[in-house]
Amino acid sequence: MLDVISLLLIFSGLAFYLAGTIGVLRMPDTLCRLHAVTKADNLGLGLLASGVLLQLSDPLQMLKLLLIWVLVLAASATGGQLIARHTLDQKPNGDPPEDAR
Amino acid sequence: MTEMLILAVVVLGATFALALLGMLRQGTPTDRILIAQLLGSNGVGLLLLLALLQEQLALLDVALVLAILSVVVVIAFTRRGKEQADA
Amino acid sequence: MKAGALLYLDLIMVILMLVLAIGALHARSLRHAVILFIVFGLVVALAWARLRAPDIALAEAAIGSGLAGALLLAALRDRRPGDDATRRAPVWQSVAVGGLVTALVVLLAWAFLEVQGGRANEPLANIVQATLHESGVSNPVTAVLLNFRAYDTLLELTVLLAALLGVMSLGPQRSPMRAAEPMAAGLIGWLIPLLILAGGYLLWVGAHAPGGAFQAGALLAAAAVLAHLGGRREFQLPGHTRLRLLAVAGCAVFTLVGVSTLLGSGVLLQLPSDWAGGLILLIELFATASIATALFLVYLGGHPPSWNSREVHPDA
Repeated sequence: MLDVISLLLIFSGLAFYLAGTIGVLRMPDTLCRLHAVTKADNLGLGLLASGVLLQLSDPLQMLKLLLIWVLVLAASATGGQLIARHTLDQKPNGDPPEDAR
Repeated sequence: MTEMLILAVVVLGATFALALLGMLRQGTPTDRILIAQLLGSNGVGLLLLLALLQEQLALLDVALVLAILSVVVVIAFTRRGKEQADA
Repeated sequence: MKAGALLYLDLIMVILMLVLAIGALHARSLRHAVILFIVFGLVVALAWARLRAPDIALAEAAIGSGLAGALLLAALRDRRPGDDATRRAPVWQSVAVGGLVTALVVLLAWAFLEVQGGRANEPLANIVQATLHESGVSNPVTAVLLNFRAYDTLLELTVLLAALLGVMSLGPQRSPMRAAEPMAAGLIGWLIPLLILAGGYLLWVGAHAPGGAFQAGALLAAAAVLAHLGGRREFQLPGHTRLRLLAVAGCAVFTLVGVSTLLGSGVLLQLPSDWAGGLILLIELFATASIATALFLVYLGGHPPSWNSREVHPDA
């Protein structure tokens, strides 16, 4: 039973990873793509990690897994904001983006 | 259980490859660092699954280190130097 | 799905590594090359995990992908307009490098086949397992690195020190960053203690599980790099003498232990098995400090103001 729930969680996590990846490939501009990526980070990894969590026996390892997820959650939210600001900073004054150099 | 885990690992690996091919197609470095972030959390997921599959819980530590350091890279990418700020 | 299906994953990784390596070498611009190199480090770390070598996966994830990525991105930011012009290497250089790499591949393939063919006397892993109880630690990798083959690790630390001295002679360090905007500052603010904690954890856990001085040192260096990236003024390097002491501490303590075992038992770095655990922890502690110092100073790309003079510079 536990195995079934675990696999269910892992595969729904995979679905979000796949959705995020397709989003990155198909979305029209950087900010839209950013939107897709953060979904994959948060939900994909979250579901996958909870699936893996059910298979562990050591509470310390479970705690570590939880730490990884919370870390990625907080970091990807903030990192997404940093990337978004970076994109916007390059656009407004009409000069060629830094990348063109 | 093991068979399904293997399937999951292979699917996640294929997703990784798909995102990476997308990265090679994308134009700007910002897009690429964005995909690098996606690949980072994809890699964390792969490590978690491998930890179960290979029964090596040490891979959880690798996942933790990878998760922290991919943030460091994003910060290093988005920070600007002094001159650029003043210009 | 049989276990053989994992071969698909391995195949994907091998192809990705080749694609990334070629892509990084032939990228349109340096920025693209750097990002491809970072992802290359990530895939290599995954490959090590797949090869059941979490020790190396840890080091690769920390140094190969994270720290090297931050270093290269910071170096890119500091380049001057003319620096982008790529210089084509002369033909003889390409041929020489190509020849050396081919020779290395042939040598490795021969060694691999030799081991696979079972002509080697006894797998090294068995020997290590049989004598593990004498090493003072229960992680075989740490036992090899700091006891059975300790002089290799001592030489590695020396190489790192030599590299550090080379970078210190390049000129002054890269300029400090302006203070980070609130979002980045907040993120950096909680990442630094987490990195220090994780570094201490990896150092401690190295005795019985994957981890150790290099991984721990890399995480500590990453914490310092973050402080520099965030332009945090309260973060300062120690002054002239203490900074130099930190840089050589690993080599010095390691050599000291080696010399005392030479005087005690007549064999260099032959750790007595009663004390081995404590001595290994002592060496690793100082090695971690030196590795962290070296990696951070290398990231700075030149010497900090306090390196050359005894005066205390406020914006070091």
